[in-house]
Amino acid sequence: MKEIIVISGKGGTGKTSVTAALAATGPVKVLADCDVDAADLHLILQPEVRRTVDFYAGQLASVDPLLCIGCGSCADHCRFDAVTVAADGKWQIRPEFCEGCAVCLHVCPAQAVTMNDRKCGQWFVSDTRHGVMVHAALGIGQENSGKLVTTVRRESAAMAHKEGAQVLLTDGPPGIGCPVIACMSNADMALLVTEPSVSALHDLERAVQLARHFSLPCACVLNKSDVHRQTADEVRAFCLEHKVPVLAELPYDTAVTQAQLQGRSITETDPDRWRPVFENLWTTMLDMLENPAPRAETHIPVMQRVAG
Amino acid sequence: MHIAIASGKGGTGKTTLAVNLAVHAARSGHPTVLADCDVEEPNAHLFMPGEPVMTLTHSLPVPAVDKAKCLGDSCRKCVEECRFKALTWMKGVMAFSELCHGCGLCMMICPSGAITETTRPVGTVEIRTPQLPVPAGASAGAAALTLVSGRMRISEAMAPPLIREVKQQAHAVSVGTPNGLTFWDSPPGTSCPMISTVENADYSVLVTEPTPFGLHDLRLAVETLHTLGRPFGVVINRDGMGDGRVREYLDRHRIPLLGTVPHSPQAAQAVSSGRLLIDAVDGMTGCFDRLLHTVLRHAHNAAQHGQEKTA
Repeated sequence: MKEIIVISGKGGTGKTSVTAALAATGPVKVLADCDVDAADLHLILQPEVRRTVDFYAGQLASVDPLLCIGCGSCADHCRFDAVTVAADGKWQIRPEFCEGCAVCLHVCPAQAVTMNDRKCGQWFVSDTRHGVMVHAALGIGQENSGKLVTTVRRESAAMAHKEGAQVLLTDGPPGIGCPVIACMSNADMALLVTEPSVSALHDLERAVQLARHFSLPCACVLNKSDVHRQTADEVRAFCLEHKVPVLAELPYDTAVTQAQLQGRSITETDPDRWRPVFENLWTTMLDMLENPAPRAETHIPVMQRVAG
Repeated sequence: MHIAIASGKGGTGKTTLAVNLAVHAARSGHPTVLADCDVEEPNAHLFMPGEPVMTLTHSLPVPAVDKAKCLGDSCRKCVEECRFKALTWMKGVMAFSELCHGCGLCMMICPSGAITETTRPVGTVEIRTPQLPVPAGASAGAAALTLVSGRMRISEAMAPPLIREVKQQAHAVSVGTPNGLTFWDSPPGTSCPMISTVENADYSVLVTEPTPFGLHDLRLAVETLHTLGRPFGVVINRDGMGDGRVREYLDRHRIPLLGTVPHSPQAAQAVSSGRLLIDAVDGMTGCFDRLLHTVLRHAHNAAQHGQEKTA
């Protein structure tokens, strides 16, 4: 079983739309949504939830107001500004800022602080029309998104083995921080969805650097490729220089938004036009996964360019 | 006045809104600081000419263990108490600084004083003072604009400490400036990086687009700001590209719609090539002028309301 993660650096380049189109094509697969604090893939795949599991990670401090003597030692020692004084002169924890380090527990002279396991969200195993999907929802204002990503990946990999799926397709989060890092460990390939804009190119460069840091083979989809010709050339030049094969170029198309409004992918709303494009993309990706070593080091020219 | 520009979904136009609002505010006479808090993927500088005038490295405190002083196998207190597993026992105490949150607990509880703090760099803060061309026909009296950007080190996982430092540096620039405005350009999402940005804003502007993804992630951002108890309003970017569900949602929940930015190929091209909408697209200066006034009016009202509540 091989895992492909779809990431981008910059948000809004079309990760989830590309993932949804790939979900509807290619080999038997299990799907995972690792954008746990703003998950959107379920809006297209409309999963039927089979199993819901509460996700606990880390701890949360709490101050017992009956025991608190109001000395403020906890606030003095907390480096995360997570302790605040209430109207009655007692101290209380601001859960959005507490990292669960337990410094307050150790400094409190009145034993008023307790540490409790923290529910940070939920994860789900669901059925979709394209196969099993594992997804999650981080609780509002909760921490530990990286650990929730790790949980979704572990469970979706187990599911893929159980179902005998050839591929695990993972929709990743934007950025290059903890949830993205959590996505990358032991993945087999990063598919970077980008667009021809100065911001997307800048962010692609950082995402590629991060993937290389984890020795993860990269390939690219240049989405909305006809929006700005000069910047598109700059993206192609960057990919050429850094040996990131551009596996497909897709034009800007209002059909993508229209499909999203219907809760479907473009491979479903206009299969004649889009299915062959994404089946081709799968063929190239599976080939890269089968022969990672030569591909990663040699440049593949743009594999397919779809006209607008 | 500190105004955060945030969104649940990425790519809705936070940075576009932030850079255009900030430049327009400076041209309108407000001394303005723009803090790019999207330290994982900072983009605001791509829309402003000029190199950094100053670059500072920001570091987190992490433990350094003095093996000579460590009590060893009989103690292991730091290893047992670290909640982040940043200290482990491998024939001695080993520190994994990448996992460290910098809470200082190990140093505090070590009975032999064997732990001191060293640092781990999390990234840099860049300060720029872009000299922007004043458009023809503009009234004189443009004020200064400063851009403070964070840039997280590749492979660093924790963004919040650097975000707080960016805000601190932006504050140092703006403090004591009468009529000054600070914009905080937030990272996407609704977890700790976004919360570290919006937590103490006087007002937050949530940018969305009129699509199902835009609406879904807007709801999450709205819930987050409700949880934090902070005032906010919404701007619909690329208005006209999708449907009316975002507007219906705002009406139903009585959330103020601060303004809209129309969807157009010209706007998409300008943003793609790193140009400001207010300089590249007809009608956008008027659009952002109205938006700035509406945002400031709502922000002042919210500030007043907040003061009444505390009083």
